[in-house]
Amino acid sequence: MWERYITAASTYAHSIDHLFFLIAAMVGFWLIVAEGMIFWLVFKFRARDGRPTQYITGDEPHLKRWISIPHFLIILCDVVIIAWALTVWYHIKQVMPPADATVRVIGQQWAWSFQQPGPDGVFDTPDDIRTVGELHVVVDTTYHFDLMSRDVVHSFAVPAFRLKQDALPGRVITGWFRPNRVGTYDIQCTQMCGLGHALMAGRIIVETPQQHAAWLMRDSAPVAASEPALQPAAANRSMVAEVLR
Amino acid sequence: MSAQMEHSEPGVLKKYLWSTDHKVIAMQYLFTGMAMALLGGFFAYGFRMQLGFPDHSVPGLGLITPGKYNALVTMHGSIMIFWVAMPVLVAAFGNFLIPLMVGCDDMAFPRINRLSYQIFLLSVLVLLASFFVKGGPFGGAWTAYPPLSANGAYNLTPAGAVMWLLAVALEFVAFLLGGINFTVTAMNSRAPGMKMYDIPILVWMIVLANVIFMASVGPLIAGAIMLLFDQTMATGFYDPTRGGDPLLWQHLFWFFGHPEVYVVLLPAMGIVAEIIAVFARKKIFGYKTVLYTAWAVGFLSFVVWAHHQFVAGIDPRMANIFSITTLLISIPIAEMVFLYIATLYGGSIHLDTPMLWALGFVVEFLIGGVTGIFLGSSGTDIYLHDTYFLIAHFHYTFVPIAIIATFAGITFWYPKMFGRMLNETLGKIHFWGTIIPFNVIFIPLFITGIAGDQRRVYNYALFAEQSRPELQHLRTMSTIALLFMLAFQLVFLFNFFWSFRHGKEAGSNPWRSATLEWTVPSPPPHGNFAQMPTVYRGPYEYGLPGHAEDFVPQNVPDSALAGEVKA
Amino acid sequence: MSATAKPLANTRNGTGIPTARLITWWVIASEIVIFGGLLASYVMHRIGHPEWAEAASHTNTWAGAFNTFVLLTSSLCAVLAHKAADAHDGPRAAKLLRLTSLGGLIFLCVKGFEWTADIHEGFVLSSGGFWSFYYTLAGLHGLHVLAGMIIMLIVAADAAKNEELQRVECIGLYWHFVDIVWIFLFPLLYIAR
Repeated sequence: MWERYITAASTYAHSIDHLFFLIAAMVGFWLIVAEGMIFWLVFKFRARDGRPTQYITGDEPHLKRWISIPHFLIILCDVVIIAWALTVWYHIKQVMPPADATVRVIGQQWAWSFQQPGPDGVFDTPDDIRTVGELHVVVDTTYHFDLMSRDVVHSFAVPAFRLKQDALPGRVITGWFRPNRVGTYDIQCTQMCGLGHALMAGRIIVETPQQHAAWLMRDSAPVAASEPALQPAAANRSMVAEVLR
Repeated sequence: MSAQMEHSEPGVLKKYLWSTDHKVIAMQYLFTGMAMALLGGFFAYGFRMQLGFPDHSVPGLGLITPGKYNALVTMHGSIMIFWVAMPVLVAAFGNFLIPLMVGCDDMAFPRINRLSYQIFLLSVLVLLASFFVKGGPFGGAWTAYPPLSANGAYNLTPAGAVMWLLAVALEFVAFLLGGINFTVTAMNSRAPGMKMYDIPILVWMIVLANVIFMASVGPLIAGAIMLLFDQTMATGFYDPTRGGDPLLWQHLFWFFGHPEVYVVLLPAMGIVAEIIAVFARKKIFGYKTVLYTAWAVGFLSFVVWAHHQFVAGIDPRMANIFSITTLLISIPIAEMVFLYIATLYGGSIHLDTPMLWALGFVVEFLIGGVTGIFLGSSGTDIYLHDTYFLIAHFHYTFVPIAIIATFAGITFWYPKMFGRMLNETLGKIHFWGTIIPFNVIFIPLFITGIAGDQRRVYNYALFAEQSRPELQHLRTMSTIALLFMLAFQLVFLFNFFWSFRHGKEAGSNPWRSATLEWTVPSPPPHGNFAQMPTVYRGPYEYGLPGHAEDFVPQNVPDSALAGEVKA
Repeated sequence: MSATAKPLANTRNGTGIPTARLITWWVIASEIVIFGGLLASYVMHRIGHPEWAEAASHTNTWAGAFNTFVLLTSSLCAVLAHKAADAHDGPRAAKLLRLTSLGGLIFLCVKGFEWTADIHEGFVLSSGGFWSFYYTLAGLHGLHVLAGMIIMLIVAADAAKNEELQRVECIGLYWHFVDIVWIFLFPLLYIAR
């Protein structure tokens, strides 16, 4: 995608963008050829007095060629696209480079919460970093994420990373990203998850190691309890009661 | 023959509400579908107004809250697919045309035909009733993924969710009943002499669509029963905390959902084929090849479904298979389109309104088709899934299918259905007033999708990257274009109803077409043919050299043509 | 003759298969996909949940086996009814169809007792994955048995007057299908460990 439409802030963003351009070039070519053909034929064979139509069945070899040759060329284009697409997919979704760090991403109605193992590198210990709505990560670091949902199907998406993965209740789905550009980027939920679907905005803040260390110092007061600020079940119950009154 | 159909002239109630005549049932489906299209269009107006002018009160709907927005998008999608595209393209055109085009007096089972409409009407009423229950209509998206759709505490539209599901299930039953009737009629009831390859392409397409529908909807009916039980009987088919699996619904849904798009595409392409042949005065280029590509598409449509689920949590290795099959299916469809384009070659093209719509279909559908490649390619789908790029892609396929092809069919067969011609000038104004705004609605949405706009989001205010003013300009432009497009539909409605009384009388064959429906009066009488036809040739004998006319109808014996041969 | 005469469309025969039989096959085809979808979902869940075998052991295999025998016998009656209809012996066909229906009634009664016992033991639709599928599958099948019985009695009423005899074969075909579904259900629900 063009940078002016959406930033590229992860290592695999460009590989998706390049695949997009390849496809655009190929399908764009065929689109122009086909549309051009339509307009040209409509113009050339517009009804004119005294010119009868030709009786053509489609079995004529010299005309069939006009279908079979493009047909074959399109198959070739498809093969190229398939090969390239599967390669891109493989590197993003099927294999994960070794992790420098891991984060847990938890979706629920209607917020994202995150858990990082903290200095000891182990999850579920007192020094874990828990945040709601924003995730602080270090640039040029490979992260594995464990994605979970507490209730319905959500989807964890960071457009600037070209990252997207649905979160399913009842299972943990893993993925990876490696940010390569400092900045703050949107997290969106991209699977319809109810009333607050558009409110599940988050931010992923990519920092230099120094900035990250500074943030840790500054915001290191332990979060009370292990629950994020929202109490979704209770909130839901009262909303349902409200709606059904 | 017609003696068998002898009965006294029925009263109004019996004639219009209780008829078993396929033409009346076709009208019932057509008018119901058109009314639902107005409703679906109104809902699109509602949510696009919110997107174009966020948080402003919308005339006729008030402030669009998140809950209202979710209900609007859910109902828009559901209505357009199940209660507009299906009834108009499959049931209305199928009902009206199949018996006429194959040369018989009605469907094989007229009372089952009537029953199918009645069940369909019931599904409409259940859906409409869902708008008035506590919590309002279902808001979990037309795809209704559980656990959201299964649990009222999650979707906050518990009654609406159940009623939506019941309405969809009833619609499925209606179309199963209707579909097998169409299939049996096309298989068995053809006029003597009408061999397999003498059947008009539209009939083939509708029959194939019905077979695809029937084969694909079964698992979803099973899935719907399970969802209904989850919603109402505390079962846990899709509840992971009870041993269930949300992904099961997705597979069952999309196993139907993908073939379903071809269920509506094929009749649309059939309509376009009929019109191109007539208005280019040319035989369809490669009739048999068209059929082969249709069968290929039908078969392949069953093995592409998980391209809707690339990032859904399926095994990533599975995505490779489905990406391959999805890109492969583009090949027969492209070939079908090329065959239609090739039909123009050597023709004598008359740009009457039906032909404008038919050509418009091809021009616009090509864009839809090629943008599908970006989504079928698993690598790019990671980014584009559920963005406005996807929405623009499927509107560039669905609008040609459900709207452009429908207008093509209506403007073409209106004379046969109602005995009058539509006004050509109004027809052309309506055409341009629909097609141009259509493109202005959706091209900006390709761009906003690439820029990161995700679907089903009522307001982008919380997303810094989506709050850029240039994106809001594009959304607003799209909304304003929709307002223009909706306004121009008034031209069509006026033309449609005004021409009932004031249109020029049509005669039986105003378009000089070779297929059988044009050999009977307009509108056709009960029983269709005063004398049952025999068929002597294929349906597209245009431009046959050495004849006085530039076409030869299917039912004229060769002996009768001898006198016509030019000196 | 019935009030509305049959259209020519109904009596023509482009494929060589009579229209009534052709539509019956299409109905059966669509039902196969419905039951197929439900069964496939069950089988996939069952494979993923070995602990369901414990729940399955509480089904009443004897009732299931008896019902299998009942349905098979009733299908035999349906075949004999078809033979009678072919021989234009409407009253005999009607009698045999009614006997077939009786088989369906026995099937449903046995199921009624069986389910009452299950419910008393505390196994209901929401009692967990296995029972949800059990009741849904067998329940959907039972509805098809009931619908089949009703249609069969209507066909029998006409057949007794030697009318619409071609429908005897069609309802028989449908009944065989219902039988075959049960042949799949019985081992998968009652026997599989």
